[in-house]
Amino acid sequence: MSQAMLDLLWRSFWETIIMTGFSGLISLVAGLPLALILILTDRGGLAENLWINRSLGAVINGFRSVPFIILLVALIPVTRFIVGTSLGTWASIVPLSIAATPYYARIAEVSLREVDRGLIEAARSMGATRWTIVREVLVPEALPSLVAGFTVTLVTLVGASAMAGAIGAGGLGDLAIRYGYQRFQTEIMLAVVAILIVLVSGVQWIGDRLVERLDHRIVKR
Amino acid sequence: MNTQAINILAHAVAQAQPKAASGDIVVKLTDVRRSFGETPAIDSVSLSVMRGEILGIIGRSGAGKSTLIRCLNGLERPDSGSVQVEGVEITALDERRLQPVRRRIGMVFQHFNLLSAKTVEDNIALPLKIEGQSRAQRRKRVAELLELVGLSDKAKNYPAQLSGGQKQRVGIARALAAKPSLLLSDEATSALDPETTRAILALLKDINRQLGLTILLITHEMEVIRRVADRVIVLDRGRIVEEGPVWQVFANPAADTTKSMLQVLIPELPPVLRERLDPATGDDAVVRVRLSGDAARRPFFAGLAEATGIGVRLLHGGIDTVQDEPVGTLFLGLPARDRAALEKAVQYLNANADHVEVLGYVSGDA
Ligand SMILES: Nc1ncnc2c1ncn2[C@@H]1O[C@H](COP(=O)(O)OP(=O)(O)O)[C@@H](O)[C@H]1O
Ligand SMILES: [Mg+2]
Repeated sequence: MSQAMLDLLWRSFWETIIMTGFSGLISLVAGLPLALILILTDRGGLAENLWINRSLGAVINGFRSVPFIILLVALIPVTRFIVGTSLGTWASIVPLSIAATPYYARIAEVSLREVDRGLIEAARSMGATRWTIVREVLVPEALPSLVAGFTVTLVTLVGASAMAGAIGAGGLGDLAIRYGYQRFQTEIMLAVVAILIVLVSGVQWIGDRLVERLDHRIVKR
Repeated sequence: MNTQAINILAHAVAQAQPKAASGDIVVKLTDVRRSFGETPAIDSVSLSVMRGEILGIIGRSGAGKSTLIRCLNGLERPDSGSVQVEGVEITALDERRLQPVRRRIGMVFQHFNLLSAKTVEDNIALPLKIEGQSRAQRRKRVAELLELVGLSDKAKNYPAQLSGGQKQRVGIARALAAKPSLLLSDEATSALDPETTRAILALLKDINRQLGLTILLITHEMEVIRRVADRVIVLDRGRIVEEGPVWQVFANPAADTTKSMLQVLIPELPPVLRERLDPATGDDAVVRVRLSGDAARRPFFAGLAEATGIGVRLLHGGIDTVQDEPVGTLFLGLPARDRAALEKAVQYLNANADHVEVLGYVSGDA
């Protein structure tokens, strides 16, 4: 493989890291609060408000039902407004984040819902405020599961970022499509796939170790 | 149990609550009802809990015990009726204004409800954090509580690393952390083995004695009531069917629910004797005698022999101590050949015991 090719791989690798990392971070920061709102406003929740709950749920479902490639194109004006351009790696972070946020919100919602109701009741019986219950009970108790869900989101983003090549974002997936698939350079395609496997396995491994460290529900030796 | 730790706590509690006159009412429920759908879970319940007492509430599963206890800290809202805690009508308070009331009420749960992500010390410190205490204050108080429940060496452990009994000790320490004036216990020992149950109940009794803490304890086991409660309320299908000092209810249960729930603790005629029982005649009459209080303190057998000239045999049963009062059921064998003497003996028993019943007659070696 030529030096130019290696440079290209290296650059694409970083583009993938940037796209996945930043949109992952944004989906975490935006998705978790959305998940909390879904849980708190649901029937029997700590701040029951079915109107907010159903509206937010509908919006999230709306975003989640649009195929990513369509979202990518449909969001071009929004992207241009936020980033100043609709092309390139940084521009792709906007549609990636907007797709990943509702995705993570739903995953986090499931994690938060699984927190034992008895624990919330115990905190209420101590006279805890809603905010204290969120901070001291809901989030810490769901944390291992929230981290596991975030790992899934990151891995999904690695895959989705390949499609961002359509708006010139680059990245490993795009490289594989352009050189490997369209120009029949099998060698490049294999190299990209190998890197992606290592990347995905690495993310999953770190996620799993983190969950293990955070989970105190089982006795460790 | 460390006496010094208890003294420190007792001092702190005494400071927190100026010693109230005895007969002071901590909780007062008037005509409380709560239904889920058509069927009432609690139905016109009125009761008072006095400062410093341990009130036991017993009933079968589904009797409405949990619903009742949850009405006391506003976790459950009654459909009608009044709930007063330390003079405050809590049914009138919204969630936010309930919070300060709840901080004065500790609660212990059947399944402990400890936070799995927090260490033992952080679990116990949570009510203090909620109260807004500083880290230093919390640390000091948690150390006292750990000593009180005998878990000082487990401070840094996570709940998953503890046994059931240890978890409940943490639950109790957490419930006591904010120096509550009332402790609610919902089946606190129901998930524990008998030995651990006894240890936890002894801890609750100690806390009640040393700190003068008022405890409302819910259970479906008479044994729990017998060991710790001063007064008992029997709940059946949401209604109070019996109420009184524990030893009196044990000695003379009035409601059917109470009687059947007491069955496990009250001795029955052994099958060998029951099978040989003849309803009409025999050498010996088998008599069941229930005794309690002063009647059980008198030299009963000697009195019987003196009054009737009859020698009595103890076939089965005995005297138990409930709340420092003797309570018991005896099965006696009385010679039945001389009917007149037997009649006199039964009369004597009737005059000196709570309840007497001739069950039948046996012949030969009874
Ligand atoms: N949240 C609820 N929704 C519907 N029914 C309930 C609820 N809580 C309790 N009940 C019903 O009320 C009755 C009393 O329940 P509970 O107070 O838990 O009884 P106990 O604690 O004595 O076992 C039961 O029939 C139960 O099914
Ligand atoms: Mg119950």
